[in-house]
Amino acid sequence: MSATTQDRAQGGTLRRVGSYLVLTVLALVFVAPIAYMVIGSLKPSGEVISGLGGFVPRNLTTENYTGMLSRFDSDATGRFADFYGTSLLVSSVVVIGGLLVNSMAAYALARLRWRGRDAVLMLVVALVILPFEAIAVPLFYLLNDHRNTYYVQFLPFVASAFSIYLFYSFFVGLPKEMEEAARIDGAGPWRTFFKVIVPMSKPVFATVTILSFLTSWGSFLWPVMMVDQPQRRPLPLEIAVFQGQPPTEWGQIFAFGVLMVLPVLVVFLLFQRWFVQSFASSGMKG
Amino acid sequence: MALPPPVTAAAAPTSRRRARRGLRRDSAAGWTMFAPAGVGLLLFVVVPFVLAAWLSLHNVRLDSPNPPTFFGLEQYRRVLVDPDFRGAFYRALLNNLTFTVLVVPLQTGLALGLALLLNRALRGMAFFRTFFFMPVVFPMALVAVVWKVIYSRDDLGMLNAFLDAVTFGHFSPQDWLGDPRTALLAIVVMSIWQGAGLQMVIILAGLQGVDRSLYEAASLDRANAFRQFQHVTLPGLRNTLVFVVMTTTILAFRVFDQIYIMTQGGPQESTTTVMYQAVTTAFGANNVGRASAITVLFFVLVLLVTVVQRRLLREEREVV
Repeated sequence: MSATTQDRAQGGTLRRVGSYLVLTVLALVFVAPIAYMVIGSLKPSGEVISGLGGFVPRNLTTENYTGMLSRFDSDATGRFADFYGTSLLVSSVVVIGGLLVNSMAAYALARLRWRGRDAVLMLVVALVILPFEAIAVPLFYLLNDHRNTYYVQFLPFVASAFSIYLFYSFFVGLPKEMEEAARIDGAGPWRTFFKVIVPMSKPVFATVTILSFLTSWGSFLWPVMMVDQPQRRPLPLEIAVFQGQPPTEWGQIFAFGVLMVLPVLVVFLLFQRWFVQSFASSGMKG
Repeated sequence: MALPPPVTAAAAPTSRRRARRGLRRDSAAGWTMFAPAGVGLLLFVVVPFVLAAWLSLHNVRLDSPNPPTFFGLEQYRRVLVDPDFRGAFYRALLNNLTFTVLVVPLQTGLALGLALLLNRALRGMAFFRTFFFMPVVFPMALVAVVWKVIYSRDDLGMLNAFLDAVTFGHFSPQDWLGDPRTALLAIVVMSIWQGAGLQMVIILAGLQGVDRSLYEAASLDRANAFRQFQHVTLPGLRNTLVFVVMTTTILAFRVFDQIYIMTQGGPQESTTTVMYQAVTTAFGANNVGRASAITVLFFVLVLLVTVVQRRLLREEREVV
């Protein structure tokens, strides 16, 4: 179908203007909270909650940023670099470690023949529907002696049934010719995987990277249960603590929020198509 | 999902031998390649899952000198039947259901509307898509903090000021998060804002899959836009919509971050959810056994939703 002929048939221009109008209003609604946060982070803290004036960029200042950074200045408060470092470390290990172990496992399930494979595959598929919330309490009981460590924040999330499933669905659909040629040339499964399969599978690696990074970067429930020591808090946990600590400086809290989401937003805007495809493709399965 | 065909021995003896050697070689590699993720899943998913069932049958407290004592189904009885305790669980369940019943149709409807608006060969659609999708990359904890400020009570709160302006002063300021009548609704609206973009891109991908020639046929039959939507778009999107509705339902049951940050279950229990109750039971009340019973019940709910989803999708496959 060509949408333009359809539009023209139904009296085109007016409809088009109408669509743009609706889209613009909706886009403003969607962007308003984000704009409010960014503008508020640059206004004197007392003027953040001031009705619609909150959107007016007046008396702009960076004192919220400097004030926030100097507020976190000791072991007792934790330092901003600590929160960032924790989030970065945890997310990096979850993403990089996850890409490695989950893609390998998926390849073994999709293409290698080994005893017990079909049973294992069924188990992995069953685990996909198990939300983390359903195991959070026993896991917390199990790992209670490891509270406030870095590794307890990432270790449970490296292996992921969902990531394995995404990789598996991709690998199953790959043509077999290249792989068979490599096997005939005497390459074992390991070499075949790393030299042939991985280079052909960039889209699924991008998808898993994006989805697992966003999940990990925003992870909240697990840190709430496992971390109370300030230096070991990841960003989402710290912003929740920060907003509840008097004196409440909304400008500073928004500045914290902007710094927390800025790198993600930049990467999102640069690789937008990949983000959208990742989420869309994750929805096609099921 | 299709399982790969079972391994069959090849007909010719030589190739059978080679196949068997191949199987043996693969077997070692297969297990080793699967092992790292397998160990992780076993330790951090399977074991805790089994442990949840075990803990729910015991009286367990953290850092207690006494070992767990067997409690039978007492935890479940207290959560579900005991008049002293059941109120909290049913209240949480009711809140979850209310949240779900509001979020699922509103968010899916909004996402569908956005997707239909964007799914046209008009200039600038990618630009608009960016705006609608942007909240998806925001961590929920941050979204909750920002919206908590937006919902500030009195006329200086952003939402109150906005509603005051668009009604020309006919709106009296609400204490959105402090009033038991509006608190859950406020969280619903925020959650829709954060999640609609995700649903939208999934539906957009689904729209690409609708057979274009059907629209042309419908046009030739002089079907108007609404008829085309009803008879071509909706049937073509059925699987996508079932998927979107079901995943949104499960996400709605899992809601926790917003509650923890914005209302802590209050005011007057109007925003407690099953997951929030499980966490506060484990922490605040230091009752790991009962918290485990709650999570087991939570899992049963999620399982029910998933079974319904599978069934709906399978029916569709048989029909087409």
